[in-house]
Amino acid sequence: MARVTIDGHTIEVPDGTTIVEAARKIGGDIVPPTMCYYSTLKTSGGYCRTCLVKVTKGSDKDPRPMPKLVVACRQTVMDGMEVQNITSPEVLEAREGVVEFLLLNHPLDCPVCDQAGECDLQDLSYEHGDEGTRTVFRRRTFPMRDIGDKIKLHMNRCIMCYRCVKVAEQLCPERVHGVLNRGWDAEISTYIEKAIDNEWSGNMIDVCPVGALTDKTFRFKSRVWFTKPLDAHRDCDVCCGRVALWVSGDAVLRVTGRKGVYHEIENTEDGKPGWICNTCRFEKKNLSDWVIEGPRHIDRHSVISQNHYEQLKQLKQDLSRQKLIGEKAHNN
Amino acid sequence: MGRQLLLDNLDKPGINTLSGYQETGGYESLRKALQMKPEDIVAEVQKSGLRGRGGAGFPTGMKWSFLAKPPGEPRYLICNADESEPGTFKDRYLMQRKPHILIEGMIISSFALGANTSYIYIRGEMMYVYHILQKAIDEAYAAGYLGKNILGSGFDLDLHVHCGAGAYICGEETALLESLEGKRGNPRIKPPFPAVKGLWGCPTVVNNVETIAAVVPIIRITGEEYAKIGIGKSTGTKLISASGHINKPGVYEIELGVPVEEFIYSDQYCGGIRNGKKLKAVVAGGSSVPVLPADLILKTANGEPRLMTYESLADGGFATGTMLGSGGFIVMDEDTSVVKNVWNFSRFYHHESCGQCSPCREGTGWMYKILSRLLDGKGETKDIDLLWDIQRKIEGKTICPFGDAAAWPVAAAIRHFRSEFEQYIDKGNSDVKHYYRINNLQES
Repeated sequence: MARVTIDGHTIEVPDGTTIVEAARKIGGDIVPPTMCYYSTLKTSGGYCRTCLVKVTKGSDKDPRPMPKLVVACRQTVMDGMEVQNITSPEVLEAREGVVEFLLLNHPLDCPVCDQAGECDLQDLSYEHGDEGTRTVFRRRTFPMRDIGDKIKLHMNRCIMCYRCVKVAEQLCPERVHGVLNRGWDAEISTYIEKAIDNEWSGNMIDVCPVGALTDKTFRFKSRVWFTKPLDAHRDCDVCCGRVALWVSGDAVLRVTGRKGVYHEIENTEDGKPGWICNTCRFEKKNLSDWVIEGPRHIDRHSVISQNHYEQLKQLKQDLSRQKLIGEKAHNN
Repeated sequence: MGRQLLLDNLDKPGINTLSGYQETGGYESLRKALQMKPEDIVAEVQKSGLRGRGGAGFPTGMKWSFLAKPPGEPRYLICNADESEPGTFKDRYLMQRKPHILIEGMIISSFALGANTSYIYIRGEMMYVYHILQKAIDEAYAAGYLGKNILGSGFDLDLHVHCGAGAYICGEETALLESLEGKRGNPRIKPPFPAVKGLWGCPTVVNNVETIAAVVPIIRITGEEYAKIGIGKSTGTKLISASGHINKPGVYEIELGVPVEEFIYSDQYCGGIRNGKKLKAVVAGGSSVPVLPADLILKTANGEPRLMTYESLADGGFATGTMLGSGGFIVMDEDTSVVKNVWNFSRFYHHESCGQCSPCREGTGWMYKILSRLLDGKGETKDIDLLWDIQRKIEGKTICPFGDAAAWPVAAAIRHFRSEFEQYIDKGNSDVKHYYRINNLQES
């Protein structure tokens, strides 16, 4: 076990836990934001640099601070480690820089983007970014592509988090999906536009933090905050069959995996990630296909939760949180 | 001219062949090394104080001693011959002229580390050097220096040359490993370091060509003798690729500790500035290191003469110092525009960024575009501060040191030559068109 202190909160976690996982156990504002890290995908993380934190004390054994900011999603904790996240101006500044870099070539087409409302990049830029933009250059553009017949790839919006590549690598055998070209011109693609033909490929949509990979059966149907999320399940031979339905009236507009607090797929009861198959995702679009469990609680700070049934409860929580933060600031 | 340990006998005809190399005492160090215990060779290298010649200057003996030795797992030695840093061409020269010194160094180093398979990862653009090396390796196999039971010692070694596809990033050691494994050349996240988990998950040492070649003279003259050359912690000789506006550009082997002034002006080395012009600035260690103006490269901020050593060049930190780096010594005369120079470097880094980390992927391109606009005479005063801010947000925020390498030249150019940036903004740029024309570039 290792004791780690993050922004003054101390927690004991098993050896080999990453700083992000330790912070998530503490919860609240001190959790570093992540764009490319996805706890259920192996070797994900380390690319986007939004989770950079400052290690002010390496460990009890070696108390030297780490010379550079480290990525919280890949750096494992040491016993006695002390980490600064939101208490370090250096970290906040670096994060602001990362947001600016991520938005540098992002088209900012949120008004027509299906991801808007549940977009990690929107949340990130709102919470950690600076106002305005300092670039006046023409943004990088790519042609739109199809990844199989059900997924649309809008490369302009991509932030190169590699999450979908990890899905292709780890869920879809015989993958043909990867990254082409280098640096500024790097793009997600299927080699020679070969369609991905795999039962699990749809999970790429769920892991995409932005609107780069969208569900072609849902594109432009509705803004996400106008749809009601329901927990539902069905007997499926391929996957766990536990999904979130996004419903408008009686129509099932969209089926996704169940995502938790950090916008990651939740585990099923047996502890395995609740990835869902393409049949459940794209073909079961009738309410009669599903056993409805009840309204789905969206525990996110994004816009969907604002129009939720639990709106009032949520609002109350938010207010009390704000009050706490205010009091804390006042006392300091 | 000081002692020549690597570039000696270069004029001898046939030095690039096995017989020619053997006539000058080649492979004698190998015979000597095979009589020694592997750990004694490591100790000898530690005693010599040899530091990595690829740029970072990490003590080689220490790096070797870090190599994990789990039982039953193979270990690998990889020679990094992916020399792509603008301004650096020493490894290519050495491999081209004296391929056998590298092969001999590889065998000795592999023996010291207990590696039975070793690789030379060579840059894709240097295909002709690949053929030279391959020919030399074939000769070494035929002579029994490679293969099974080398010279009756019971030590087996297979040496392969692998040709990269010409990506600068594959010179980063973990990207090199990925590329060697047949994957996309993206740097890995460290830890684990290659010494623990390197090629195919096995302990691996990655060394520069010159570092491995230097092992040969170290064994020949002993580590203690080698450590006597040079000053302080900068021991031995170093190959310097001198280029730019000097009378005698080329690769020079210097004893570390030669004053920079002597190196630039002495007829033994660069032979002074071309056409009798004045020295304006020097990039002392390849494109990644900060550029220094003439007064700071010749003398440190304290007024002491600057020497060609790791410590002296780094004196004063980045505020008034630079780095020895890989030894790519680029000299600029008074007519050179530092802004154009840094524009060229930033274009290079923009092109070569692997695209994993967002600060580097986006930031390098952004800096390049701002610098292009500046050169076009359309810059604004705030652009200088913007450039400064961008480089600050790239530096130290990325997986590998590429981000730092892209940020430092821009930072140093602004730090030391801010007025020149301002000139471009105030007056526009009258000679941009000329510049585009002589370089056959598309004006955009």
